This record gives sequence, C-alpha cells and structure tokens, in this order.
Amino acid sequence: MDLLNALVALTNFVVIPGLAYGSQLALGALGVTLIYGILRFSNFAHGDTMAFGAMVTILVTWAFQSVGISFGVLPTALLALPFGILGTIGLALLTDRTVYRFYREQKAKPVIFVMVSLGVMFMMNGIVRFIIGPGDQRFADGERFIIKARTFKQMTGLNEGLAIKTTQGITVITAIIVVAALFWFLNKTRTGKSMRAYSDNEDLALLSGINPERVVMYTWMIVAALATIAGVLYGLDKSFKPFTYFQLLLPIFASAIVGGLGNPLGAIAGGFIIAFSEVTITYAWKKVLNYGLPDSLAPDGLVQLLSTDYKFAVSFAILIVVLLFKPTGLFKGKAV
Amino acid sequence: MTDTMKHTLLFVFVGVMILAEGATDFLFFSGSWNSALVILNMGLISAIMAIGVNIQWGFAGLFNVGIMGFTALGGLAVVLTSTPVIPAAWSSGGVSIVMALVMGAMTVVAGVMISKFMPPGKLRSLVLAGMMIAGFFVYRAIFDPAVGAVEAINPALQGNIGGLGLPVLLAWPAGGLLAAGAAWLIGKTALGLRSDYLAIATLGIAEIIIAVLKNEDWLSRGVKNVVGLPRPLPYEVDLQNDPGFVESAAGIGLDPVLASTIYVKTGYALMFTAVLLALLWMAQMALKSPWGRMMRAIRDNETAAEAMGKNVTRRHLQIFVLGSAICGIAGAMMTTLDSQLTPGTYNPLRFTFLIWVMVIVGGSGNNFGAVLGGMLIWFFWIKVEPMGILLMEFVTSGMDEGSALKTHLLESASHMRLFTMGLILLLVLRFSPRGLIPEK
Repeated sequence: MDLLNALVALTNFVVIPGLAYGSQLALGALGVTLIYGILRFSNFAHGDTMAFGAMVTILVTWAFQSVGISFGVLPTALLALPFGILGTIGLALLTDRTVYRFYREQKAKPVIFVMVSLGVMFMMNGIVRFIIGPGDQRFADGERFIIKARTFKQMTGLNEGLAIKTTQGITVITAIIVVAALFWFLNKTRTGKSMRAYSDNEDLALLSGINPERVVMYTWMIVAALATIAGVLYGLDKSFKPFTYFQLLLPIFASAIVGGLGNPLGAIAGGFIIAFSEVTITYAWKKVLNYGLPDSLAPDGLVQLLSTDYKFAVSFAILIVVLLFKPTGLFKGKAV
Repeated sequence: MTDTMKHTLLFVFVGVMILAEGATDFLFFSGSWNSALVILNMGLISAIMAIGVNIQWGFAGLFNVGIMGFTALGGLAVVLTSTPVIPAAWSSGGVSIVMALVMGAMTVVAGVMISKFMPPGKLRSLVLAGMMIAGFFVYRAIFDPAVGAVEAINPALQGNIGGLGLPVLLAWPAGGLLAAGAAWLIGKTALGLRSDYLAIATLGIAEIIIAVLKNEDWLSRGVKNVVGLPRPLPYEVDLQNDPGFVESAAGIGLDPVLASTIYVKTGYALMFTAVLLALLWMAQMALKSPWGRMMRAIRDNETAAEAMGKNVTRRHLQIFVLGSAICGIAGAMMTTLDSQLTPGTYNPLRFTFLIWVMVIVGGSGNNFGAVLGGMLIWFFWIKVEPMGILLMEFVTSGMDEGSALKTHLLESASHMRLFTMGLILLLVLRFSPRGLIPEK
C-alpha cells in the first residue's frame, strides 16, 4: 500500500487530462449556450466553427514559423490566435448576415434555425477540408513539458512520475482567463448587461431600447472567439483533424445541456462533469488500485469500466439521466 | 403548366440523368451502364430512407438526426439473420452472452422499478446506486469470459456468434424490427421533451450504435468487417460459367462479363423498386387516412390536438418507431447490396445529414418529394466530385503548370461535395422552403 504513489498516478492519468479536456469542453459549451440564450437555437455548426478557427490559426502559425517568428518556450499558435479569432469573427458575422438574419426577421421556428445550421455545418466542413485537407495536422512547438515524468521522479524519489504537458497548462490557464473575462463582460459592461437582458426577456429588452441586431452581433463575435480558443487549445493538446471537431459536438452539447442550456455557469460545470466522467470511466484503474489497496486486494484485470471507444456513450448516458430527472439541467437553464 | 406535369417532369429529369450516365461519357457522365445502375440502386435505397425521415419530419415534425444508427442496425440484422449458424460459438459462450445481456436488461428494469415504487429519499438513491453497481459487475463477470471464448473461434473468418442461417431477404424486415426496437427505447426517453433534445439524443444514440458495432467483435466482427454475406441473387462468376447464360448474352450481342454484372444489378434494382413502391403506397395510404390527418393536426398545433383528446406523446412515439423501422429496412437492403458489413464506413455526414438534405430538397411532408429528393441528391452526391474536378480544371487552365496553388486546387476538388450539399440545403431553405414537390 502506497498512498502517495497512488495519488500521483491518479493526478497524472486522471486529474490533469480531465482538467485540460474539461476546460476545452467548457469553452465549447459556453459558445453553444450563448447562442442558445440569445439566438434561441442549438447550433450544430459549432464544432465546425471551432475547426475553422483552429484552421486559420494553424495557417498563420505556419506562416510565422516559416519567417522564423516564435514564442520562445510557448507554442507559436498562441501568437497566431488573435488572427484566428479575427478570421472566425469575420466568418461568423458573414454567415449571420447572409443566412441567419433572414430567418430572424421571419421569426422562424427554432427547429428551422437548427436545420439552417446543418447547412452551415456542411459548408464550413467543406471549406475546412478544401483549404487544409481532411488529414491530421500537428502545429504545437516550443517546450513540450512543464514537468517531465523523469524529473519528477528524481525530485521526489517516488516510483510514479508526474508529467504536465505545456499544452495542458496553457489550456487550463487560458480557460480561466477567458472565463473570467467573459463573466466580467456579461456582468459589468453595458453591452454584456444588454445581452443578459435580451436573453431573459426579449420583448422587455426591446422596450427598453436595446438594439437586437447589436446584441446578436456581439454574441456572434464572442462565440467566434470562444470557439476559436477552444478549437486551438484542443488542437494543441491532441491534434487537429476536421472530423474530430465535428464529433466533439456531442460532448459539447451534453455539457451545455447537463449544465442547463442558456446558463454560462452551467456550461462550465457541465464541461468538467462530462470530461471527468469520460476520463474516469474509460481509465484502466489497475495501477492506482495496485498502489492504493493492500496487496491481498490488488486486482488482476485492468479494472477498466468501459473501453475508450465508448467515451461517447458516457456523455450520452449522463445526458439521458439529466434529461429524465432534471430537464432544465443542473443549474437552471431556459429549456423545458 | 400544372403541378402534376411539373412534378412528372422532375422525375423524368432524374431518369434522363441516370440514362445519360449509362449512355454517354460527355462532361461528367461516365458512359458506363454499370455505374448508372450503381447510382440507381443507391438512389432507390436513399429514397426509402428519405421516406422514413419524411414520415417523422413531414408528418409529425420530429427532428431525428440518428438515421445513421438505424441504418447500421439494419446492416447488423443482415449479419444476425443470414450468416450461417456457428454451433461452436453457441456452445462455448453464446449462451452466456445472451444470459449476461438479459441480466443487464433486468438490472435496468429493476432500477426503474425501484425509482418508481420506493419513496424518494436517501435510502432510494443508495439502493438504486448499489443495485446498478452490483448489476454492472455481475454482468461484466459473466460477459467478459464468454466474449473471449466466442472471439477465439476461428478468428480469421468468424470469431463472432454468427447468424441464424435464414434467407437474406428475411433480414430486411428483421432490420426494420431491430431499428424499431432501438427507436422505441430512445423515443420513450427523449420524446415529450423539446425538439432540440430529441435531435441531440438521436445524434448520440447513432454514435453509440456505431461504437458498439466497431468494438463488439463477438457481434459484428468490429472493424474486421463481415464479408461475403449471402446474396439473394447469383454471383457474377457463376453466371459467367453458366453456358445457358453466356449463350443468351451472346444472343443479344453482349460480352458475358458485362452481361452478368448488369443482370445482377438490374435484379437488385427491380427488388429495391418493389420495396420502394410498397412502402410509398403504404405511406401514401397512411397520410390520407384519419390517422394521417391526426398526425398533421398534431404537427400543426400540438396544444389544440391535445385538447381534442389526442395522446401526443404516444402518437409521436408511434411515428418515430415507424419511420426508424423504414430506415432500418433501407440499411439492411444496403448491406445486402454491398454483401458486407463495414462498421468503419458509417459517417454521420453521409448517412444522416445527407438524408436530411434529400428530404428538405424534395419537399418535406410529401412522400413523392422524398423519393425525388433521394434520387436527385444521390445523383449529385456522386457527380459533384467529377463536376468539381471539371470546374477546377477550367479555373486553373490559365495558371502555370505545376504551380502549388494549381496542384492544391485540383487535389481538393473532391471536397467540394460537402460544400455543395450545404449550399443546396441553404438555398432551398431560403428560396423554396417547401421543397421541389411541396406538401398539398
């Protein structure tokens, strides 16, 4: 029995990956939830918006790398991120102007908006594949680790190593900064307050002189920025492949719904709930249990509850349980 | 020009396109009758899927984005019905697998019972959690060794529990039943909530079904694929070795290889047309019946229909199951046509969202529209690629030979597909939201 080693193994394989993945999901779910709160539909194109933002960032990163600009120990992609955000904001505003605005003026039903977002999803998917291709792209550079497993072992003298990748550290720190900035914006600024008012009660907001088109414009800008950041962080941490981003749609929706659609705080909580459940249920616990339990109780098998391919099933099961018992989500969302 | 004439012309247009595919190699046509028949066959299957989705969306306004899952279940049904029985698999572990699955189902049922009949409180949560965890471990304890035993039998070819050895045509209704069962489960949980939730729930169940097919090797051989499924029609090679067939092919002046391939594909086309017509007839009859009128009344105003005493949730469940069953039948037909089950090839863009484009473009609420949309969009889905390459060759004709941009443009032309489908969907939704053949 060796509790310290068990704890280190747990941190290394469950807590740190879970935190990074949870931050990425939370940023994605914030975008979905904002669109739901202000524009009142589930945006199926969100995964592909993330892919588009990441793609622009990757292209700018490559341009920087080719002229020799780098960010020292940090990935160059962070320098390219603002350009990615600008590009995605441009695309989001363009789609709003050419596609969504027409249906807003018609006061179309939400399901029509969802349908339209399917069309947008197809087009964005096509654009991304057209420009960068369907393959895997790696664009992370700079120092790979904050702490290497071997250094940690030498430092502490423990059997288990603890490795923290730079990308994981950056993901968590960026997510904290972005979320803090977003909440400050929503709660303290005039525009943020008008957005919340519009989300709570559209008619009342219109009566008090809030310009709906301005609110919608700001929403798209924020959502595009969030999507790009989430997409780049995910790409840095794992790798960039257009189809993976499309598949992220399910855990992102699950996070947003579990937290309560339309509720930003819920989206963050939901992101971490989904991420940690996925990691804990698909992790093989043998190592941690071998350290944590007395020898007589040590398990023979891998003690993996479900194979990693079933991670979708985990987010889905949580989604169903929440829908059945608390349809408005853990934090009170809008949906009934 | 009357509406009927316009609609007939649209169908004639699709027919001419497919005929042109066989007859000429002008522009993007290939000039091969085989290729024309391949497009026709998949077009017919797509039309059936479109009818299934149209029943759900057009009749009842249900937004199902899990079509891929139901299609894949249809494919699984072909494996489970028509492949030969493997006695060794059943004696080694098949029975335990079935027992484990029954155990798992009983655990869930017991869980539902507990949450229904025990008073809410800490005790109920504890009992429920304990029950579920214990059930899961017992299930894994029975399931895992049995799976290992089954997968060890002749892993190069089988390694799964095999099928029932029944004629493959029986797999089509079986696919419908399997899909209907899954639809009942998902409908029971997600219907009655708001429409977006059904969409997300179905999106999830489709991914899970594919994950199960990919990973449960004992069931579907996973990514190792099940090949050589029985066919309702003879093999081309056998036909070519049949002197009678070669003679009659020579009689109409055809090469036996070409004749045999066309013979088999035409056979499939006739069978699929028969199924399509039967389902179309049933869907039309249902639409015209009092039941169909009730469905549309519910779609147009749920509150009013409920006030008239209609059980909206039950009707939704009914139509959700029916529509999904049709998708399951189509999925079984598709796997029969390919005579292999390849779980790795199911992609939601192709099997779910493309069907939606078909329904919307064809005209939601109109069965003939769904059929037209299925055939037309399938034709374009196949042909956008050669069209894109032609377009790119034209665009890049002025550029330097071997310039990086030119190579990139020519290479990426094949990705125009998704872009074009999205554009078609957006244009139809904007300028002709009721589709090519609108609901009457």
